[in-house]
Amino acid sequence: MTSEAVFDIQAAAPPRRVSAFRRLLRHRLALLALIILAVLVIGSAGAPWLAPHDPEELDIANRYAPPLSEGHILGSDDLGRDVLTRLMYAGQISLSVGIAAMLVTVMVGFSVGAFAAYYGGWIGTILMRLTDIMLCFPSVFLLLFVAAFVTPSLASMALMIGLTCWMEIARIVYSQILVLKSADFIAAARMIGTPSWRIILRQILPNTLAPVLVAATLNTANAILLESYISFLGYGIQPPAASWGNMLTNAQSDFQVDPWLAVFPGLAITLAVTSFNFLGDGLRDALDPRIRDK
Amino acid sequence: MARFLINRLIQSTVLLFGVSIVGFALMHLAPGGPLAVYTLNPTVTAQDIERIKVLFGLDQPVYVQYFKWAGGLLSGNWGYSFFGGQQVREIVLDRLPATFLLMGTSLALALVIGVAIGTLAAVKRNSVFDYATAIGAMIALSLPTFWFGLLAIFFFAQTLGWFPAGGMVSIGDSSLLDRLHHLVLPVVVLALVLVAQWSRYTRSSMIDILDQDFVRTARAKGISPSRVLVNHGLRAALVPLVALAGLQLPLLVGGALVTETVFSWPGMGLLFISVLSTRDYPVLMAILMVGAVVVVLGNLLADIVVALVDPRVKLHDE
Repeated sequence: MTSEAVFDIQAAAPPRRVSAFRRLLRHRLALLALIILAVLVIGSAGAPWLAPHDPEELDIANRYAPPLSEGHILGSDDLGRDVLTRLMYAGQISLSVGIAAMLVTVMVGFSVGAFAAYYGGWIGTILMRLTDIMLCFPSVFLLLFVAAFVTPSLASMALMIGLTCWMEIARIVYSQILVLKSADFIAAARMIGTPSWRIILRQILPNTLAPVLVAATLNTANAILLESYISFLGYGIQPPAASWGNMLTNAQSDFQVDPWLAVFPGLAITLAVTSFNFLGDGLRDALDPRIRDK
Repeated sequence: MARFLINRLIQSTVLLFGVSIVGFALMHLAPGGPLAVYTLNPTVTAQDIERIKVLFGLDQPVYVQYFKWAGGLLSGNWGYSFFGGQQVREIVLDRLPATFLLMGTSLALALVIGVAIGTLAAVKRNSVFDYATAIGAMIALSLPTFWFGLLAIFFFAQTLGWFPAGGMVSIGDSSLLDRLHHLVLPVVVLALVLVAQWSRYTRSSMIDILDQDFVRTARAKGISPSRVLVNHGLRAALVPLVALAGLQLPLLVGGALVTETVFSWPGMGLLFISVLSTRDYPVLMAILMVGAVVVVLGNLLADIVVALVDPRVKLHDE
């Protein structure tokens, strides 16, 4: 990686991206995860056209319908609403919160880490100590604490989760940039007179992007988990809007009447989170320059 | 060693100071502030709020409030609950043993199982067992803990009736056996995520160690493979894992909160959830701080243990 970049600074970035994607596709579990995520995204985004019912349509005659019953493939809930339909609409919210929260973690984490590493000095010290401090609070506590005082909405959920989970990315970016600042190929680029904006854009950014991309994917998984828990407790997405988490709010009492009601939303969460985790794992392998030419 | 200890102690103190500032700021930045429970209540008049403010010292400058609050934390005066007026310190510290019991048992169980799985996976690298545990660990890390807990309650408590569905003791039964019986399900649920992490950590740490010269030397000397594995491999591989145990603490404390709410385990997490709805801010603040202090002290402890067992750390300092 290093030696190659020294001699061929301009050409280093583009071909690498293509082959990284190919390597990702060769990673069988990551490929499977990608397919599952595609299905989940299409299913939720296309819910208005694909869903068999309206998410708030009541069917009092068919309350607690078991799975595979007529008109309700995955059954119906305590108000006779179609479970599959609600899962699809809930996916819109849960996946959006997950991805939006991830974007917040990347933006905040990248800014804090890059700022701290670039300027160093006392600004850097303060920013990185703040990161250390934030890491001391168990994120679930912090999140619930804030959630109890904020009117929940999709945007506020994403913002809250993002603002309590950016620390890991800040640390990654910070250490990456510190290493890169003294790396030989950066020095080489400087020596041949590359302007610093070009060094930042073509050398530093691509080289920090890979680990950040991996962490971001794993953060999405974590954000979906956190959202589901907060909504399950009633501090997140409010009914009648469905999220995978708040569909489980009554799970404990549902077990007596209709255990399936408690099964499907949990499966949806597990499926989405597992897929993002496997995708992150696959990305880590695909983007790792050390195991590149295997 | 002494210098290392003092350094780490100072670092932890500074960190705790920062933690207290952030925690305090958070409470005052929250919409409605510490008095949200009153200001959002239409039956409480503006005059009442003024009087409550004076009563709790909230009319004073923020920095004065901070030092009073932080000084109170240090001297053991954690304030009084908004509801019922009980001492916050008593309310919170009463719950601590239950939480520590749950966390400690889960961590110990997870350590034993996770290290065993990780070691085996490292020895049989790229075998079916290695791949199966890798995939299993990934799925275990992705399971929503609260949902897994609910399923466990449904199957093992409600359907099969093997274990109680929640709580820490049965009414009128204070035997050790009854307590253990209540402990099983929550511990298994909390330990699952930890086992997954420990097995992954152990595997990669073990693989690093098994490739090193001193292990090869030991093998070349004719020491039996199992002895090399335990006396040379595991002993060295576990050192970095102690530090990881410290880093894992926020996850453990957070996971305990989730597990406690599902199993009505009378610990700090359950208390947190129950006072959350009433926004009883002195209690919330205290729990948030205790959680952070546990994390900071846990990390300090892990670092000290590493320094004690790893000769390389001492060399650096002297």
